[in-house]
Amino acid sequence: MTSTTPAPPFDPRVLKAPHPVPGAPNNWRRFLSFNTDAKVIGLQYMITALFFLLVGGLLSMIMRGELITPAADLVDPTVYNGLYTMHGTVMLFLFLFPILNGFNNLLIPPMIGAPDMAFPRLNAAAFWMVPVFGVILMASFLVPGGPSGAGWWAYPPQSIQNPLGHFINGQFLWILAVALSGISSIMGAVNFVTTIIRMRAPGMGWFRMPIFCWTAVAAQAIQLIGLPVLTAGAVLLLFDLSFGTSFYLPEGGGDPMLYQHFFWFYSHPAVYVMVLPVFGIFSELFPVYARKPLFGYHVVAIASFAITFLSLIVWVHHMFYSGTPQWMRNLFMVTTMLIAVPTGIKVFAWIGTLWGGKLRLTTAMLFSLGGVFNFIFAGITGIMLATVPVDIHVGNTYFVVGHFHTVIFSTITYGVFAGIYHWFPKFTGRMMYEGLGKLHFVLTFIGSQLTFLPMHAAGLMGMPRRVASYDPEFAFANVLASLGAFLLGVATIPFLLNLVSSWVRGEKAPPNPWNAIGLEWLLPSPPPAENFEHDVPTVISGPYGYGLGRPLVDDEERFVAKAANASTGA
Amino acid sequence: MTITTPNPAEAPAHSDHAAHGDHTLTGFVIFLLSESVIFLALFAGYAIYKTSSPLWLPPGVEGLEVIEPLRFTVVLVSSSGVIYLAERALHRGRLWQFRAWWLLTMAMGAVFLVGQGLEWAALPFGLGDGVYGASFYLLTGFHGLHVLTGVLLMGLMLARSFRPGNYDAGSVGVTAVSLFWHFVDVIWVVLFVLIYVWQR
Ligand code: HEM
Ligand SMILES: [Cu+2]
Repeated sequence: MTSTTPAPPFDPRVLKAPHPVPGAPNNWRRFLSFNTDAKVIGLQYMITALFFLLVGGLLSMIMRGELITPAADLVDPTVYNGLYTMHGTVMLFLFLFPILNGFNNLLIPPMIGAPDMAFPRLNAAAFWMVPVFGVILMASFLVPGGPSGAGWWAYPPQSIQNPLGHFINGQFLWILAVALSGISSIMGAVNFVTTIIRMRAPGMGWFRMPIFCWTAVAAQAIQLIGLPVLTAGAVLLLFDLSFGTSFYLPEGGGDPMLYQHFFWFYSHPAVYVMVLPVFGIFSELFPVYARKPLFGYHVVAIASFAITFLSLIVWVHHMFYSGTPQWMRNLFMVTTMLIAVPTGIKVFAWIGTLWGGKLRLTTAMLFSLGGVFNFIFAGITGIMLATVPVDIHVGNTYFVVGHFHTVIFSTITYGVFAGIYHWFPKFTGRMMYEGLGKLHFVLTFIGSQLTFLPMHAAGLMGMPRRVASYDPEFAFANVLASLGAFLLGVATIPFLLNLVSSWVRGEKAPPNPWNAIGLEWLLPSPPPAENFEHDVPTVISGPYGYGLGRPLVDDEERFVAKAANASTGA
Repeated sequence: MTITTPNPAEAPAHSDHAAHGDHTLTGFVIFLLSESVIFLALFAGYAIYKTSSPLWLPPGVEGLEVIEPLRFTVVLVSSSGVIYLAERALHRGRLWQFRAWWLLTMAMGAVFLVGQGLEWAALPFGLGDGVYGASFYLLTGFHGLHVLTGVLLMGLMLARSFRPGNYDAGSVGVTAVSLFWHFVDVIWVVLFVLIYVWQR
């Protein structure tokens, strides 16, 4: 299906309208229903997540407004504590996890040729828990005492204080929301893994699977192993907070460090739950826009599982300054540095893919390139932080904040944007406007460097994190960071405008606008409810055969013609 | 990129989009593996407290009585054998025999729960008595919740077995519940060793 493929011969067998969605309203209202179609659920996840991106972004703007001057003048320091707690929690549990599950829902079934997820109703139930715990978390702004101020780590003893004595307090709602998020994620993980294990198209062995699916399994495996541990830790926290136990209270023989272990055992790997699918997105996009096969496909695939494994044995690097014994610090310093190996392998594979390729700088490609660029920087600061003597010095400063935002925003969220620009035509049937997209990219790129680079400097100078006021010597870096953050706020305007106007009146998308190779591009845009239905192609070669001139599936021309026909006939 | 020849279709072709029975079992086993990690985390927490807490047994508490809980343990563990008999009967198509063994398994689960309730009622310490009391009630309670879930699920399966044609498409539900029951039993054995046997 490279551009050299001759025009497919007309085949009257394909003159068949795509199936209507059985029993589902085929308009916007289906997004408000308990629809079990993975493609509808995927868009539901995405729209919900983008809404919470705006909520989390608004909270961060208020924080940056506070920090533009050294004094705590805009909001009260207690309110500030609530703001960063809610900002972090919203961005992780209500923006990134849901939007990545949106990608999983949209991409996995078409990419492997399955009609839907293995358990469609479980899938819908998992999605509908997201707005439920979203509301629960937001409600903590309304309860007496306001939202939890214990940060997204929720370390005891701060997180088990309940000065007003109400049973329902901000911290209680936080635990409830995180627990529901965990249950929803486990339900999702069971579904994604089962689907990939059992529902691949004929001929699609593991080593013919697109990298996105590899990274999805690797990431969901982390959810299955890590989330239960967080849940255990959170249950003990809930008992301490609400039922007077002393799991984490030294007065009763308990140990607050145990919470930190439980928490980071999950929450370190959780960063890989978010970054692995984005590695998948980069690995999908670079071959398309460089017109070359993915460099080192097998190694990239295996490296995903190496990351899964290593990510489970590095968590103590978040506790180097928590009174951790020296032997443990040394051990975890080494494991943490090891994780740079499989990660570096992926980066080299991307560079190898780009090397000598015919680059097409679409918006999706720009976001991918920017994301990898930023990730290399964050990987270097990560290695610095993994070094115990450095971390003792800069731990708990803005250097850490700079490090993880460079990953979580400037890499992961870039990847999310790249994925949206790339697959939007496939799932909405409309093209996005490239001009607005490039404006979005330029503003985002400048904004994120302006916001997060000065944080590193402030941290190295010694500015602590989680503060509403600071010494005037840090003022310059903070003014830059605040201006950058407001620029990032402005950058979302062309993005939202683009999403809405393209979806409503954008140009109709052909089945394969980017000339990409992959099962999903053999379907009409948007794909019918059950993708290939009973006519599933047989996969006869590995993915990413760009420039190799061999078909991906048996009888490929027929599928191309069928998709083209269904699109024009729609 | 060495793959050039089509390799044998290792993935099953899916002719039907509804959740297949075998998908259900795959999914359920994945879920059980994940669930077992919660217990692993709680066990690890218990072991850490037991070995390192400066305040372990609450004042006036000597330890736990072992013989009585051991009796209920025997009941619970042997119910894993009984549920196996039930499954075998079902596979041989002896529906009433299946129901009898199944009901016996439920009864044994219920006996275990009653035994645990009696033990709880007689103990001289409570949930708020230091990290020992908290750990004891949390672990046994969390496991008890699983036993209760198992018994309720078995009740559901028993009721369903009266629906005509219920087993025409296989008996995945029964297999899944019995897997769950074995899981609950294995967890209890570990828990028993950890809490009752390892006291000194
Ligand atoms: C080569 C890869 C990486 C290394 C070696 C690394 C290392 C570290 C270390 C040692 C810390 C602890 C710093 C401290 O608290 O003093 C840290 C913090 C953090 N890292 Fe990374 N990191 C890497 C990649 C990532 C990625 C890929 C993500 C996100 C997807 C990420 C997200 C975070 C977050 C969120 C924190 C701070 C958590 C908090 O304290 O609230 N890191 N990193
Ligand atoms: Cu970490």
